[in-house]
Amino acid sequence: MEQTLRRNPALRAWLLIAPAGLFLLIFFILPLFIVIIYGFLERGTYGGVVWQFTAENFSRVFDSLYFSTFLRSLYIAVLTTLFCILVGYPLAYFMTSRPPRQRNLLLLLLMIPFWTNFLIRTYAWLTLLRTNTGLINVTLMNLGIIKEPLPLFGNDFAIVLGLVYGWLPVAVLPMYASLDRLDRSLVEAARDLYASGGQVFRRVIWPLSLPGVVAGSMLVFIPSLGAFVTPAILGGGKSLMIGNVISNQFLAAHDWPFGSALSTLMMVIMLFATLLYFRSTALKAKEERA
Amino acid sequence: MRRFYYVFLLLLVIALAAAGCSQPAAAPATSAPASDTQTAPAASSDSVKLPEEIVMFNWTDYIDPDLYGEFEEASGVRVIEDNYSSNEELLAKLQGGSAGYAVIVPSDYTVGIMIEEGLLAKLDHANIPNLSNLADRFTQVPYDPGSVYCVPYMWGTTGFGYDSTKVDPPASWSVFFEPDPNSDIYGRVTMLDDPRESFAAALAYLGYDINTTDEAQLNEAKDALIRAKAQLAGYDSDTYEDLVASGENLLAHGWNGDFLLAMEDNENIVYVTPKEGGVVFVDNLCIPASATPEQKLAGEMLINFLLEPEVAARNSEFIYYASPNKAAEAFLPEDFLNDTSIYPPAEVLDKLQYLEPVGEAESIYQRLWDEVKSAQ
Repeated sequence: MEQTLRRNPALRAWLLIAPAGLFLLIFFILPLFIVIIYGFLERGTYGGVVWQFTAENFSRVFDSLYFSTFLRSLYIAVLTTLFCILVGYPLAYFMTSRPPRQRNLLLLLLMIPFWTNFLIRTYAWLTLLRTNTGLINVTLMNLGIIKEPLPLFGNDFAIVLGLVYGWLPVAVLPMYASLDRLDRSLVEAARDLYASGGQVFRRVIWPLSLPGVVAGSMLVFIPSLGAFVTPAILGGGKSLMIGNVISNQFLAAHDWPFGSALSTLMMVIMLFATLLYFRSTALKAKEERA
Repeated sequence: MRRFYYVFLLLLVIALAAAGCSQPAAAPATSAPASDTQTAPAASSDSVKLPEEIVMFNWTDYIDPDLYGEFEEASGVRVIEDNYSSNEELLAKLQGGSAGYAVIVPSDYTVGIMIEEGLLAKLDHANIPNLSNLADRFTQVPYDPGSVYCVPYMWGTTGFGYDSTKVDPPASWSVFFEPDPNSDIYGRVTMLDDPRESFAAALAYLGYDINTTDEAQLNEAKDALIRAKAQLAGYDSDTYEDLVASGENLLAHGWNGDFLLAMEDNENIVYVTPKEGGVVFVDNLCIPASATPEQKLAGEMLINFLLEPEVAARNSEFIYYASPNKAAEAFLPEDFLNDTSIYPPAEVLDKLQYLEPVGEAESIYQRLWDEVKSAQ
């Protein structure tokens, strides 16, 4: 057995990927095809599909209503990503400047929020943000700092806040990883050549940590774009994101084909975003080698 | 490099956690395992054994939880409850192949759809002798005459509840559809996150049939709903009554029993059926076609148990919905039976209507509802 394996590296490779490969084939690739195929079928009146080919679902995707919802989701996802970088980058930088023992502790602290279910943590925000009985507004009003409650709930502010809160640790980790790998002697060299603090950051640290920033952005952007729990809870159900439209097609509208078409479109967009990311990092690597 | 390895490990953990979180909706119940050692207490049916536990798929706060324990004592079957928040969600779950539920509680119009779609099992009346306790008008409901597929569980009305110390008593749907930015309630109002119910409110306000499929009327209703949205804190079908009770909101569109339950926390809440009329509903106990014979038998036993006059009375009193159980009235206190929020007088009842399935127009409703929800 061992000998056969040694003589036959191809077989060995196949055996190694078989468990994961089979799992993904059955539970990811095949369902994916079902989604794509359903996108081209007609709806059953109360759910399900009728096996009749149509391309109408995909043309409906560009209907102004759904397209503007998509743009809104894009706007919220971009805002979320920006804030995650803005808040997360300094934190990641701070973490790498600590001694190794402290770093591990900080990493652990970063993970603690994940010990509690995301849904529960989102509901917890409700008690803070509620307009008239929320902890923040009640405290500020009782202290006499404000007279009218602040609009903290049921708007884009609440949605972005909830998303940034949820995805911040995910953004920090890759930025931390790339900052951690950064060779400190380069910073010293720049300093020796009389670069100012700002210049060192702009021309040495930032470019070298860019892959981490891009990776962190991807990890935040993609789930934010498809988010549907946060807008439903913190948005008060008053604003739609594309994730809500998709879940509504299945849970409320009984329109599986249209939901499938929207999902397919989302996947295509994510795919392009990912490809763009890989191309930019590949270009970067090429430049570095040159 | 070791540290880098840890970061990767952490990333993996996050990815898994994230994957776990992106599925917030209640997971469909796994099939209740049929026990092989269970010695079923007497209750009938040939060789079918009773399962150890069954799942009841129910609305939130829609049963006296003590009854589960009593049923378990009587039958040996443990009941686990899972919840949904709209008929559409229930229908979607069953359509999507979720199995393992022994008893579900769809409303009138949804029962009609489910029968048409073959999602319900026919009830074995031999296992439900207490069926005879129902009031006559509930044995011949239009969506299922003769209780072939379902047994009426509770009935109620849709209207609105408000905090009477802070709001002048409104009597009309106009309080939702003619928002006044200077009023106290502005920004402290919710409507049901339910397309059929919210459209019914708008259609009743406009004086149209709440089951209309006329696009012009529906568009008018959509515009009214968008106008109403200006003063909404949100759309909510699950916690609206608690939010009025806590003082977060002052007015909410919702179901009568929910507000009556919230009065236990805040006695200033008042429920009103609007003068233009609105929705009357009957929620029903049904057994999905996907139930195993064991689950079906236990489900029928649970239905029969809930039809016991004394049990039905206690359940009604606990959740504040009117019981269709005639025999239960003997066990209900006088002031409960005389409460017009629970048992509306005939002249109010005359103005209320059932929601009915709208067939193909369903997609129009949903499309317009999406427009309402995405309006800024």
